[in-house]
Amino acid sequence: MLGWELPPHNSGGLGVACLNMARALSKEGADIDFVLPYSAKHPNATFMNILAATNLDPIYRNGGGAYDSFYVEEKVIPDNLKNSYVSIRDIQKKYCDYVGQYLVDHKPDVIHAHDWLTYEAGVLAKKEYNIPLIAHVHATEYDRSGMQVGNPLIHEIEYEGLMMADRIIAVSEITKRIIHEKYHIPLKKIDVVYNSLDENYEAEKYLFDTKTYKYIESLKASGYTIISTVGRFTIQKGLKNFVQAAALALSKNPKLLFILAGDGEERNELIALAAELGIAKNVIFTGFIRGRKLRDIYSISDIFVMSSISEPFGLTALEAAHHGDALILTKQSGVSEIIWSAMKYDFWDEAKLADEILAIANNPALKKSLTDNIKNEYRQFSWNQVAKKCLRIYNKTTTKKRY
Amino acid sequence: MRAICLYLHMHQPIRYREYSAFDISNDTNYYNGEYNGRQSNERIFKKVTDKSYRPMLALIERNIKKHPDFKVSLSITGTWLEQAMRWEPELIAVIKRLVDTGKVEIVGETYYHSLAYFYNLDEFTAQVKMHAEKIQQLFGVKPKVFRNTELAYNDSLAKWADENGYKGILAEGWDKILDWRSPNHVYKPYGCDNIKLLLKNYRLSDDIAFRFSNRNWSEWPLTVPKYIDWLNMDCLRGNLVNLFMDFETFGEHQWEDTGIFSFMEEFIDAWLSTYENKFVTVSEACDLMPAADEISMPHTITWADMERDLSAWLSNPMQTSVMQDLYNLRNNVLASNNMDLISDWRYLTTSDHPYAMCTKYWNDGDVHAYFSAYASPYESFMYFMNVLRDIEYRIGNDNKK
Repeated sequence: MLGWELPPHNSGGLGVACLNMARALSKEGADIDFVLPYSAKHPNATFMNILAATNLDPIYRNGGGAYDSFYVEEKVIPDNLKNSYVSIRDIQKKYCDYVGQYLVDHKPDVIHAHDWLTYEAGVLAKKEYNIPLIAHVHATEYDRSGMQVGNPLIHEIEYEGLMMADRIIAVSEITKRIIHEKYHIPLKKIDVVYNSLDENYEAEKYLFDTKTYKYIESLKASGYTIISTVGRFTIQKGLKNFVQAAALALSKNPKLLFILAGDGEERNELIALAAELGIAKNVIFTGFIRGRKLRDIYSISDIFVMSSISEPFGLTALEAAHHGDALILTKQSGVSEIIWSAMKYDFWDEAKLADEILAIANNPALKKSLTDNIKNEYRQFSWNQVAKKCLRIYNKTTTKKRY
Repeated sequence: MRAICLYLHMHQPIRYREYSAFDISNDTNYYNGEYNGRQSNERIFKKVTDKSYRPMLALIERNIKKHPDFKVSLSITGTWLEQAMRWEPELIAVIKRLVDTGKVEIVGETYYHSLAYFYNLDEFTAQVKMHAEKIQQLFGVKPKVFRNTELAYNDSLAKWADENGYKGILAEGWDKILDWRSPNHVYKPYGCDNIKLLLKNYRLSDDIAFRFSNRNWSEWPLTVPKYIDWLNMDCLRGNLVNLFMDFETFGEHQWEDTGIFSFMEEFIDAWLSTYENKFVTVSEACDLMPAADEISMPHTITWADMERDLSAWLSNPMQTSVMQDLYNLRNNVLASNNMDLISDWRYLTTSDHPYAMCTKYWNDGDVHAYFSAYASPYESFMYFMNVLRDIEYRIGNDNKK
């Protein structure tokens, strides 16, 4: 398996998804070598063999590039040995070299590569050693750029990876459609495998700490409804529409508090927009948060909004549902394909989002129905099913049916 | 004599449009959505007219001319009649011709196809009266047999119908109530003296209404000889078979290409080709034989779903709260004496609205979802509440004047 991050050294959902998928696959009997672009300890991942392609510190794996696609060639990452700076592209090249070396004396049944950062290494294995390649698409460059153009270099790498892959796994029907329409891959080569909620999520006896956000708690006590959204502040997340909708909703109900948890390039713009709309008092920016504080945000919120213009899956929605939030999802998010007990809207339809926020805030019966019903839904998804589907897909690529 | 009592229910709700929170206090147009929109009453009514009302009424008319013994009973809601008069007035003329032959009987019910009986008896009786007046005005007849919305029936409703002079009332012939008894007899509701109870033979009704085109059904395709065989068998346990179903079964629930119309045409011929076989209207069915037994249904029974209860309409918190909020406004709405306001409020009492908020099967995306005019139960609730809030706003304004 080729990946770019694993918890605890992850910055987003990709690492979490890779870890859970690998764990479930291993339970199904798969032997996994997992290649990472950095060197670090992973106490959660002892069930598989973790290989470090470089001796870089994990902190730099996304340095200047993995998510900010226009800077992939900028040399901003300090190289421990040479006392010089390298770029994400340089790391990718080292990653490829490492995989090339590894294949000299290893012969895996299948290579499962996650997202564009690892596709080149996967393609190399396919070309040089004829090892079946599964390209797993968690997001495309179109998603990351909010359906704008994106970086042509990344498109090129994605295109080659998708063309060369024996099978492609997309995390939703929406992603499958993008792969088909934008990269011209035949639909029959693509399988949809939805992500699932972290299986430890439920196991942990997590208690909401009311002291974390005392101010918000006091507003809540005086009748406020708390609406939150979590994610990187990039164009992909549709947060400007979210803030506009917030202003619309506040014009009808002043007792609404909006929390934007996260950080990113749009932060200053969003703060300015909230001020310009005269709703700054009702919008809280938390900055980047994770772990306990993030869970407290979910817990304190009444409504969770996924406002993405394009969201391949959207695991945060399931996390929020787990913490008892009513969900509002854009129809452009993958998670909305499998969740029924949620309000939905088109990302541009600010009036409808405002309507839905007001409806939940003003009608306890609606909120109760949404939160009660969704509990029965997300529990049905599991990483075991994901692993079983992956194994079936592996089997399609190889004549020896191992699994 | 062996008799089939064929009773068809004709109803279309007046759907509220996607009425936004930003329309409240600004716009009183709740019911006229865009023609191509999901909730367009006009578009839907015209579509169902083409697929079902027009061809099925023509089939009935043809067979009444052809067979002296072919008879049908119809229940037609006020909201259906209003829409027909507005968009397809020739349907009213056809029904008038049918009623004039004396072979088509009109069944009484609430004008708005509401569940008012369970919330407000005054409102219920007012709606039943409105309906009877409308039927009298359009067709010149007075309903003698009563059916409540969704066939929702219990002992106290039977008592009410008895006291109000109806000679019969319709209900579901559910096994759990009937036990060893057959639905193919006339019964007497518990504690009533005059009124008769007619029970739907749900197996033979649903063979046509639900299963007819289901290719996974082991009996598919349903042929006329097979169905006549089943009827012959069923008549061994009583000579009256009550086939109760939605009128829209013909052409809308079962599309024309399933062969439903030709099945019906052939079936009427085949049934009446045996000398002792007849069709009867609901009133005639009541007179057909003395009551075989007294039947009690203390709890409400409907013709819906596996549960045969009201849970598809009134179980989740959204449904119970909208109905409570709706009926809580009644006194103030009526006190306004504003006829537009009153009728806008009454359109909301139609049972289709809480039905669209049903989440029982929503996750399976089944029949409830298919027939809904809204993207989800949650959206239908949202728009309903917005309309209700505007009505509340208008009451407040009226009081100020």
